[in-house]
Amino acid sequence: MAADRTAEGAVATATAAATGAAAPRRRPLQPHGRATPYLLAAPALLLYGAFLLFPLARAVQYSLYDFDGLTVGTFVGLDNYVAVVADEGLRQAFGHALVLVLFFSVIPVVVGLALAALLTRAPVRGLPAFRTVVFLPQVIAMVVVAVAWRRIYAPDGPLNTALRAVGLDGLARTWLGDFGTALPAVGLIGTWVSTGLATVLLMAGMARVPRELYEASSLDGAGPVRQLVAITLPSVRPEMAVALVLTTITALKTFDLVYVTTGGGPGTSTTVPSYEVYRRAFELGQVGSAAAVGVVLTVLVLLVTVVVTRVVDPSRRDER
Amino acid sequence: MERRPPRTTAARAAALLAAAGLALTACAPGSGNDDGGGGSAGPTGPVETDISGLGDVTLTVWDQEVRGGQDEQMTQLNDAFTAQYPNVTIERVSQSFDDLSTTLRLALTGDDAPDVVQTNNARATMGQFVEAGQLVPLDAWAEEYGWRDRYPESVLQYSTYSDDGAVFGEGSLYGLPQVGEVVGVYYSRSALEGLGLEVPTTWDEMSVAAEAAAASGLTPMLLGNIEGWPAGHVFGVVQGATVDPAEITELGLGNPGASWTSPENVEALTTLASWQEQGWFNEGVNGTEYDAAWQQLTQGQGLFLIAGSWLAPDIEAAMGEDAGFFAPPPAEGAEGVATTGGTGIPFAMTTAAEERDVAAAYIDFITSDDAMQVLADTGNLPVVDTASYAPESGLLADVYTAFDEVSTQGSLLPYLDYATPTMGETLNQTLQGLLAGEVTPEQAAEALEADYAEFTSSGG
Repeated sequence: MAADRTAEGAVATATAAATGAAAPRRRPLQPHGRATPYLLAAPALLLYGAFLLFPLARAVQYSLYDFDGLTVGTFVGLDNYVAVVADEGLRQAFGHALVLVLFFSVIPVVVGLALAALLTRAPVRGLPAFRTVVFLPQVIAMVVVAVAWRRIYAPDGPLNTALRAVGLDGLARTWLGDFGTALPAVGLIGTWVSTGLATVLLMAGMARVPRELYEASSLDGAGPVRQLVAITLPSVRPEMAVALVLTTITALKTFDLVYVTTGGGPGTSTTVPSYEVYRRAFELGQVGSAAAVGVVLTVLVLLVTVVVTRVVDPSRRDER
Repeated sequence: MERRPPRTTAARAAALLAAAGLALTACAPGSGNDDGGGGSAGPTGPVETDISGLGDVTLTVWDQEVRGGQDEQMTQLNDAFTAQYPNVTIERVSQSFDDLSTTLRLALTGDDAPDVVQTNNARATMGQFVEAGQLVPLDAWAEEYGWRDRYPESVLQYSTYSDDGAVFGEGSLYGLPQVGEVVGVYYSRSALEGLGLEVPTTWDEMSVAAEAAAASGLTPMLLGNIEGWPAGHVFGVVQGATVDPAEITELGLGNPGASWTSPENVEALTTLASWQEQGWFNEGVNGTEYDAAWQQLTQGQGLFLIAGSWLAPDIEAAMGEDAGFFAPPPAEGAEGVATTGGTGIPFAMTTAAEERDVAAAYIDFITSDDAMQVLADTGNLPVVDTASYAPESGLLADVYTAFDEVSTQGSLLPYLDYATPTMGETLNQTLQGLLAGEVTPEQAAEALEADYAEFTSSGG
């Protein structure tokens, strides 16, 4: 469950970055030796090096070899990367990952904004209970989520039964087995999981906005929509950035969901890069190629994260 | 907020990675765990068949016998083995077929590799393991224990590879299977009687039965193909009734000399697609799970289910007397029945096994005559002398009869995914596309031919 651990790490980093925005000014250096901070950090650095940097470097190394995981590999330079770019199936997989970003990230943040705005402005009874319920999917292991949704989407599952019960027989279909609907169906599971996180994060951001701002703008004749655009949105930019980054990372490195629900099928309609890494390394015995896909995916995740953070929350870049 | 110098950090990280990478490139991946192929030389000394004097030994066995009757036989045989040899402890690791195939590759190269493993005959698994020198050739023990007398050559060929893994079907022996397998047609006796029909013996009668079922609102054929591979077994049956068995064997073993784009193969693919178009399958085959499909048969929701004999214990447990099984009808004018089947997944010995005589004794024990009786008693299909273990009635009697009919008078065809390391994947994707109408039979044949031709032309 390395993926989960990385996700937690990402949460920690992102939260640290978010709160870092309000960090106090720098204190003068203590009169200790220059080595002291490094010594204090050494145990953590060693662990980090052994369990993160070393495997990462090893993966980069594998990606330069034609290696089947069993026999000695032969050095092929960047051939694996060239193949990654040239392979139509892989380009398709990266395309699917981008579609999933829409479902895992963009839709949940938009829906989360609406939900959070409603919940913070309107007096809702039992708010904590509601907050718990929307956040709950985030707590459940993705494999469990996937198994449950596979049942929901089954040809005779609850979704189709419900559609037929209300007379929408024409809409009932084999959601995960249909070339047209499999990817959106997988994506919607992601939407279900991510919306709670986005909502709760954005609600926390909105709670920070002074009431007086809304009152003053009301006096000036601004309606709820105008207030949302002019006051709420700019105020919750840091939270939006965090929500977008977290969910985008989840979307790009989705593996368990695809593995359990569709196995990349039908055909290749739901393959994603992480699944390709697994398939190549464990099923086809192309460890070198798998490592190359993994490295490309890592770089892509880093790039997207940096871009999203800077575009959505420019305060990260400029001093306030 | 203080402005961070991100470029410097990134540059440092890159430098660090590059340095680490350079340090690592000193040794090629895989060189650390390579035993130079010397480990594949067979027994370490003269073969010893009495292992009770070898001291305390722990034997790690990885199998995929997870279903009811399969798990039961394994448990009984392991208990009997340790009762006979108290000095041996068996550490059994049992996982599903899918899980075993994906973890085995890593496990074999690890320091803690299992001693005896069940590894699929396919080139993608056993073939590659042999090529990498991870499996021990069993010929010396085969000689000592008389395995070549126990098993017919037609069975042993499926766990035989040349030492470099290039030729499939000839060379050293790398494993012994416990059970026989045959893909045939399960049906509900009451459903067939309800339609006023007898068990079909020709493809025309199959069509009549399927049409009659459809007309009465019963699903003619159940198929759960979300996993991708179940459709391959259905296709194997169709292909067996359309294409020359010799050609299918070439295609299945990945040996050169055949073609997927032959008119007969295209016809077989067309037939499968037409079954889907005529509405013979349940709705949404690509979104239905394999287990859900056979469970639908047991719940009376369908007439036929094309699947392997390994489901018989589970289906009989759920349906009792109502379940029946028959070998698919022969092709028009053909001598006998041709269908996918052969042997269960063989047990092989890894080069990591230190006590090789114990490992060999174990393989011998679980495939002995006594073991075959245990297999039969627990609802499985013993691969050796099958007919002599046949029960008198019920589903298993049908299964034994079908296996006997196919293996003695017809052709047991290899699984099509044996052919190339990527064929399983190609077949899954292609047949899912075919069943969804996304791919025409001609395009499907070309996709399969591309995979097969690339492998056979590269010299294996």
